Amino acid sequence: MAISTPVAPSTSGATAERPDVIVIDHVRKRFVVRKDNTIRERIVTLGRAGRKHRQDFWALDDVTVSIQAGTTVGLIGQNGSGKSTLLKAIGGIIQPTSGTVSRRGRLAALLELGAGFHPDLSGRENVFLNASLLGLSRKETEERFDDILAFSGIGDFIDTQVKFYSSGMYVRLAFAVAVHTDPDVLLVDEVLAVGDEAFQRKCLDRIRSFQEQGKTIIIVTHSLSQVQEMCDRVVLLNKGKVLHDGDAVQAVSKFRDVLEERRSGELSADVAVGRGTVLGATVTAEGKEHRAPIVPGDDLIVDMEFEHLDRVEDWEAAVQINNTAGQVVYGTTTGIMGIHLEPLRGRRKLRLRIADTNFGTGKYFINVSMMDSAGRHLHDLPECDSFEVPSFGDAVGTVYAKPSIEELG
Amino acid sequence: MVDQARMAALAKEPLVVVGAPTSAIRGTWRELRDVFRQREMLGMLIRRDLKARYKDSALGFVWTLVRPLTQLLIYYFVIGKVLGAAHGIDNFAIYVFTGLSAYTLFSEIVAGSTSSIVGNSGLIKKVYVPREVFPLASVGAALVNFAIQFAILLVFTLILGAFPWHGGLVYLIPSLLVILVYGAAIGLVLSALNVYLRDVQFVIDVGLMVLLWASPIVYSYSMVLANLKVGWLLTVYTNNPLTLSVLGLQNAIWIHDPTKVVYPDHLMLRLGIAFVIGLVCLLGAQRVFSRLQGNFAQEL
Repeated sequence: MAISTPVAPSTSGATAERPDVIVIDHVRKRFVVRKDNTIRERIVTLGRAGRKHRQDFWALDDVTVSIQAGTTVGLIGQNGSGKSTLLKAIGGIIQPTSGTVSRRGRLAALLELGAGFHPDLSGRENVFLNASLLGLSRKETEERFDDILAFSGIGDFIDTQVKFYSSGMYVRLAFAVAVHTDPDVLLVDEVLAVGDEAFQRKCLDRIRSFQEQGKTIIIVTHSLSQVQEMCDRVVLLNKGKVLHDGDAVQAVSKFRDVLEERRSGELSADVAVGRGTVLGATVTAEGKEHRAPIVPGDDLIVDMEFEHLDRVEDWEAAVQINNTAGQVVYGTTTGIMGIHLEPLRGRRKLRLRIADTNFGTGKYFINVSMMDSAGRHLHDLPECDSFEVPSFGDAVGTVYAKPSIEELG
Repeated sequence: MVDQARMAALAKEPLVVVGAPTSAIRGTWRELRDVFRQREMLGMLIRRDLKARYKDSALGFVWTLVRPLTQLLIYYFVIGKVLGAAHGIDNFAIYVFTGLSAYTLFSEIVAGSTSSIVGNSGLIKKVYVPREVFPLASVGAALVNFAIQFAILLVFTLILGAFPWHGGLVYLIPSLLVILVYGAAIGLVLSALNVYLRDVQFVIDVGLMVLLWASPIVYSYSMVLANLKVGWLLTVYTNNPLTLSVLGLQNAIWIHDPTKVVYPDHLMLRLGIAFVIGLVCLLGAQRVFSRLQGNFAQEL
């Protein structure tokens, strides 16, 4: 990507002409967790007693979603929320306990790169085998073989047995095969987290060109910025249920709430971590009203209020500024500023001044955290305030600086 | 920019329910069609099985022949010469090798397909392909091995000057078909059961050993007639599809004096009936398989 203009995926084109490619209708999936594993144990616990040793676990609970052709859908949720199960149900790898999944068109699943690779066969043989598993005929594979080889960057190693490949080569070859099949629907499960940065870029670029070609992509990922960047629709799953289905930005903020809930739940169990709270924070430009647009050169004032019901000896206040894609554009803590705060008991207000800011056009969110000396978060207050920087028309990005140009002849 | 042609083409395709249990006839038909569409992949899986098995071994394919040839030598000398079973059987080596080839084909189909689903668990958990292709690939690999063994058998007959160019050859195809149909049916069911109960792969070792001795491979059918006096047991023995196929194959390949050798009456008819029953079993096996395959991904 030469210019990282944050372009939202194209949603142009009349939706009426887009057929549903995937219809998920009241899908439920039950896994039975058994605690008695041997036959002897099962005989002993036969019948009524056996029920105690079984535990039903609903990985998907009444999920209804339909996906139109040409959309890119992100599936997010915490670990164990059913994302991968849903993806596997769409791919036909597991069958739902009740409800149906129907689809049209050719589907390719990138659930695990190189799943079909046989270590003893050469790269070339594996390309043909894997391509046929993904639904490509031998002739089609032959036509695309040179492209696949070029994309993977494997070079002369293509005739070496795959077991001698480095893990990077392995993944590159597998991804190359997968993206050269011509699917109508592509399922992607966290595979983009592998490979080096350059290769990840390549993969993302390829997925973007899939989007341009009007292919449907369903992607499971933990990278929220990736979700906001690529998806025009996000399904947030929590404990097998659909919590949100629609706009990406909203989904991500809801997901943050879910994560925050879980984290505070875990924290309260931890007695040593006391009862600190970030009560609130506001951001203004020096000498301006609250919510007034902020322009380059303004000093930002962040007023924060903290409270601790017990007493905390060593603590730090942290401020982080995110853009709408959830990326951190600025962050600081009293710790890295070299400031030692007095022990906190009861309420305290602090004012942070960020001098001479140069934020680029867009909306920004302030997150304030309270941390102990070990860097554990006692409390986070995400997106407690926001500010907006108007468009200047001559530059994009998260940093603004005045551009000018002169002819050098 | 949305590709309108692609959208239009997609809109025309019907919505298909993914992997839903369907009615017996339509479901079987659809699955057969799916497998047929994947025949290219089937070919590649067979090649992969064969290539990978002896990769990095110096002798490679020769090893596929070592086991049956060793068996042949042992049976020829120990059973045939030492224990005297060869008495009254002309060309005993060819007789044994013919029966062994039939048995090896059957046992490789059954043993190979039983472990095929568990062996390909990595694939089954991650990619959807009609799961029938894995047992079928084992059937294919067994057939390739059989072809090699069979070629050697024919060379043998040439060397010994007993090349089977006679009317008995008509038994060749029906015998092989019976082995294929039963092997595939048993293999399909066991491959699916093996996912849920790994004991299956140990049971078939025992079962296959019993089958080796329960068909006239190293002894002749007339010896069975002479010693097995219980009527119903003899009926079971004779109508065992493997016995029928072995007898049929011997009829085809082994040159003998017809007046001295006893065969069950109407061998061809029996083979035909066995084949039809086998086909029905195979269809039933496919239904069982398609019922069980739904939970493969989570059980593996």
